[in-house]
Amino acid sequence: MLERLENLSALYANPHRFMNLAARLHAPLWLTAVGALGFGLFMVSGVPDDYQQGATVRIMFVHVPAAWMALFAYSFIFFASIVAVVLRHPLGYLAARAAAPVGAVFTLVALVTGAFWGQPMWGTWWVWDARLTSVLVLLFIYLGYIALWEAIDDYGRAARATSILAVVGFVNVPIVKFSVDWWNTLHQPASVSRFARPALHADFLYPLLVMGVAFLLLFLAITLTRLQMEVLRQRLRVRQSEG
Amino acid sequence: MSDWRILQALFARELRLVLRGGHLMPVLAFVFICVMLMPFGLGPELSLLQRLAPGLLWVIMLMAVLLSLDRMFQADFEDGGLDQLILLPVALEGAVMAKLCAHFVGILFPVLATMPLAGLLLNIRPDTVVPMLATLLAGAPALVMLGAIGAALAVGVRRAGLLTVLIVTPLYVPVIVFGAGALARSLAAPGTLDVAALGMLGLISAASIFLAPPAIAAALRAGIR
Repeated sequence: MLERLENLSALYANPHRFMNLAARLHAPLWLTAVGALGFGLFMVSGVPDDYQQGATVRIMFVHVPAAWMALFAYSFIFFASIVAVVLRHPLGYLAARAAAPVGAVFTLVALVTGAFWGQPMWGTWWVWDARLTSVLVLLFIYLGYIALWEAIDDYGRAARATSILAVVGFVNVPIVKFSVDWWNTLHQPASVSRFARPALHADFLYPLLVMGVAFLLLFLAITLTRLQMEVLRQRLRVRQSEG
Repeated sequence: MSDWRILQALFARELRLVLRGGHLMPVLAFVFICVMLMPFGLGPELSLLQRLAPGLLWVIMLMAVLLSLDRMFQADFEDGGLDQLILLPVALEGAVMAKLCAHFVGILFPVLATMPLAGLLLNIRPDTVVPMLATLLAGAPALVMLGAIGAALAVGVRRAGLLTVLIVTPLYVPVIVFGAGALARSLAAPGTLDVAALGMLGLISAASIFLAPPAIAAALRAGIR
């Protein structure tokens, strides 16, 4: 199994090969991502107002996929780091580095859209609810990861240190979630009650799923572009060190 | 020399360095500066301070540990001591543990010992002192071990202090949640200790004692090459 993986990864360990593949994938990926986003937004515009939430329910179609992507991007960073360390695959480090700011922005989008939704619905921009708090902590995990990449000048050292941090952070996320859930139930039995989530009606479900796919494609497209940039930057670094 | 003797010698050396280097005084000063600033920020009303004291002291303790860890590996990195640690015939994880134990004894114990005095200044209820110390003591190993991961990752970085804070704070969230949570529950029912939350805190400490040293050692090795 591992051998097969190694063969597969060796195929694209060569940055030349990867860059060729990326150049071919680049335009179609961006086109489908933008197309899916357009289609998703079109579907969302046709969604009827919610009987409780009115038009604000449409914020959900950005908020929920952004939150999904916040978690997905961090998992992506974790697995890319593992691949980089275990298979000694140089692109893994670069992929993790490329994905980090994208994930951080999705996390920020989830928090900000949540606040915009919370203001009319809960009457406040922010509550120290378990979910909100754990997403905020996730944002700080992203920021620490990005800051560590920026702080270490030597590329090899930065790559190894950040891969350790990626693993530590990945272990930490569920522990934070668990502890914050416990903490919130301790302090306040939901003074601002989350509306009892009804099984989503198809009118809401399908646009949400389309938006989810669109955000996923968008994440992949941006990360691919950034990864190409990272490879080029790496080449530049090598050239410069050769003097 | 056997491995154990080496670790003992290392522990003794680190403890001497910690005690001699004047590392303790600034940490203690930091604790009392924070305590002094609280009445300015919150108002000098004693009943309010009394209500907030246990939680404030937990936050102050956490920040103090973070600050004290700043130079943990940095000085060794600069003078080459870190290379010597890696070259020792014992596992780097063991050497790291010896260093952290010295840090715990030389800095954390004195800080914990002054916590009742800091509590006194915040008009803490006398019957809350023991639960506060119990939760701080149960959480302190986790604070040191997790903080050391951040200090090790930031080794060799200029102006590593803020970076360490940014990296470590998310790791501290579960510790302070269960630490301050256990304390709050104990205070709600005076004379009792909340065993469940205290147990969770101990579990986090125990897990970090076993899981953090490999991460710290890996980070130090990554930093040195």
